[in-house]
Amino acid sequence: MDTDTPLLDVVNLHTHFFTKAGTVKAVDGIDFSVKPGETLGIVGESGSGKSITAMSILGLIPSPPGKIVDGGIYFKGENLLDKKEKQLRQIRGKEIGMVFQDPMTSLNPVFTVEKQMVETIRAHENFSKKQARDRSLELLNLVGIPDPKKRLTSYPHEFSGGMRQRIMIAIALACNPSLLIADEPTTALDVTIQAQILDLFRRMQRELDMGIIMITHDLGVVSEVCDRVMVMYAGKPAEFSETKNLFDHGKHPYTLGLMNSIPKITPEKHKLEAIDGVPPDLHGLPKGCSFAPRCKHVMESCLNIDPELKEVDNNHHVRCLLYEDSKEAVST
Amino acid sequence: MLKYIIRRLVMLIPVLLGVSILTFSLVHLIPGDPAKSMLGEKATETQLELLREEMGLNDPYIVQYGNFIGKILQGDLGESIQSKEDIAVEIAQKLPATIELTIFAMILAMVIGILAGVIAAVKQYSWFDNVSMTGALFGVSLPIFWLGLMMIWVFAVELKILPPSGRLASTVELETITNFYLLDSILSGNWGAFKDAFFHLLMPGLALGTIPMAVIARMTRSSMLEVMGQDYIRTAAAKGLKKQLIIFQHALKNAFLPVLTIIGLQFGFLLGGAVLTETIFSWPGIGRYVYQAVLARDYQIVQSTILIIATIFVLVNLLTDILYKYFDPRIKYE
Ligand SMILES: Nc1ncnc2c1ncn2[C@@H]1O[C@H](COP(=O)(O)OP(=O)(O)OP(=O)(O)O)[C@@H](O)[C@H]1O
Ligand SMILES: [Mg+2]
Repeated sequence: MDTDTPLLDVVNLHTHFFTKAGTVKAVDGIDFSVKPGETLGIVGESGSGKSITAMSILGLIPSPPGKIVDGGIYFKGENLLDKKEKQLRQIRGKEIGMVFQDPMTSLNPVFTVEKQMVETIRAHENFSKKQARDRSLELLNLVGIPDPKKRLTSYPHEFSGGMRQRIMIAIALACNPSLLIADEPTTALDVTIQAQILDLFRRMQRELDMGIIMITHDLGVVSEVCDRVMVMYAGKPAEFSETKNLFDHGKHPYTLGLMNSIPKITPEKHKLEAIDGVPPDLHGLPKGCSFAPRCKHVMESCLNIDPELKEVDNNHHVRCLLYEDSKEAVST
Repeated sequence: MLKYIIRRLVMLIPVLLGVSILTFSLVHLIPGDPAKSMLGEKATETQLELLREEMGLNDPYIVQYGNFIGKILQGDLGESIQSKEDIAVEIAQKLPATIELTIFAMILAMVIGILAGVIAAVKQYSWFDNVSMTGALFGVSLPIFWLGLMMIWVFAVELKILPPSGRLASTVELETITNFYLLDSILSGNWGAFKDAFFHLLMPGLALGTIPMAVIARMTRSSMLEVMGQDYIRTAAAKGLKKQLIIFQHALKNAFLPVLTIIGLQFGFLLGGAVLTETIFSWPGIGRYVYQAVLARDYQIVQSTILIIATIFVLVNLLTDILYKYFDPRIKYE
């Protein structure tokens, strides 16, 4: 595949939940694409719709109450929203691998690692039990589980969190997927393990030329592994840019707020400056910009006009009225 | 594992000792004079006194209890006060009938209860969920004797499609090997007898199994609902597994754990319920045996049979615990 054609192209995605308390617009109009070998980061606070974006791609939105009400998800040129359940099943776990946040709860506690790996492989490949077992051993080796032969028949509770996440990754990679979605894969792990896991992602990506969607709320993770970043707020993109550019020339007040909330462990200053206010309640979003109630630079017009995503620079998009006409940055 | 089982079996000794004390005391607290019920109303006080002395009823309770335990340890369950029959022989003959009925009822309750619970959970708030769970709510509060009599009336008296009582029609011959009729008819290849025994089991089995079935269905549903929301179920879906596989393997094996506990407990309930069911359906098992013994104040029978039933209950609980290990690898028996 030509490296410029996107592997995945998400167009104007809207995923809503229809609950008794009203409609929750968990994802409300996002566009992004992932190229082979590229890592796209999706960042945002809790509840901004990151996981729902991932689940929408896999067609795993619980319905009811959830529904993809608009948009397209083009994987290798074909719209996944037009596919039947059976066709989607052949893509999940084979073409698209997924790693979840909490390795302690993401593996089935009553089945051995072997069973959980072999069933994945055999669901997609025409392998004998023996072949699937051999492939499992190979994968465990690949992700760095020591003594895989012995560990294959162990149960999840016999592994540490970091080891379990390696197993999750091994399962996600079982069928050589072209896209890997990792939903906060290191959040539940401590820092050293986190570094090892991120390293594993980079290594696997190089070997398999996968596209990766790295969902996180940790800008540290973004700076380490992502080529491009989408910052999400209340189901919408706030800012979209190449990683380096975002750190150097981030523009959206929310992005800047996120950057300030990274703890700076320097002798003079080691205080965590979180963004004021609480994440928005998606049941009753304000009329204008959804970030307005928390924004330090809020203007009169912000309360009435919901801004569009505008390109302020090459490949740098911002959804904020501050940049509607001028291209100059606001310094905080 | 073996060590665990042996340790648990050893631990059963004090439990059973307690049970024996309890049954012994209960039986001796029941009002009524066994000597009088044996000799009839017309017996004179001297005759009664003589008999009491002979039966050891005048000994201190502690001596009576010692005799009772001593004999049991030698496999001697005593003899019926009324008929002088050897109780051990009677029980050996009647116990298989009860066990066959109880197991049949339990299988019925488990298969239907678990299936209904799973479907109700997967299709939450559907008509099936509403109907089956309302039915289950109704089922737990149904008195067995009323249900049994209604079934006899509908299926045996009105529709005449099921036999009202007994284990086998008098016209059917069956060579008894184990005294489990379904098993015996299979062993001897006697399909006519198998069908007849099966039809005889249906009504008492259903009457006995209804309450556990309802309890199991409700438990399975709530347990499945909880498990279906777990992360590992989402993982299974993201791996591209088929829906049936996710529900019946990944979810059910986890959801079954609390259900298993309930099943163990319900088994005790079934043994108690057997007394009623066997009486209604004239089922020749130990339930009816003990019921008749109570009416006849035959305390020997009551005492021995209850001890046997209690032992079975304790063993079933042990079996449940062992099965738990099979279903939940996280449990360590150290
Ligand atoms: N089943 C559901 N019914 C109703 N609302 C839902 C449902 N699932 C998710 N939502 C809503 O969708 C929004 C986005 O959820 P999502 O899980 O995508 O957040 P997230 O960005 O992944 O957050 P986190 O960092 O906590 O994982 C949330 O506000 C949540 O309330
Ligand atoms: Mg999430």
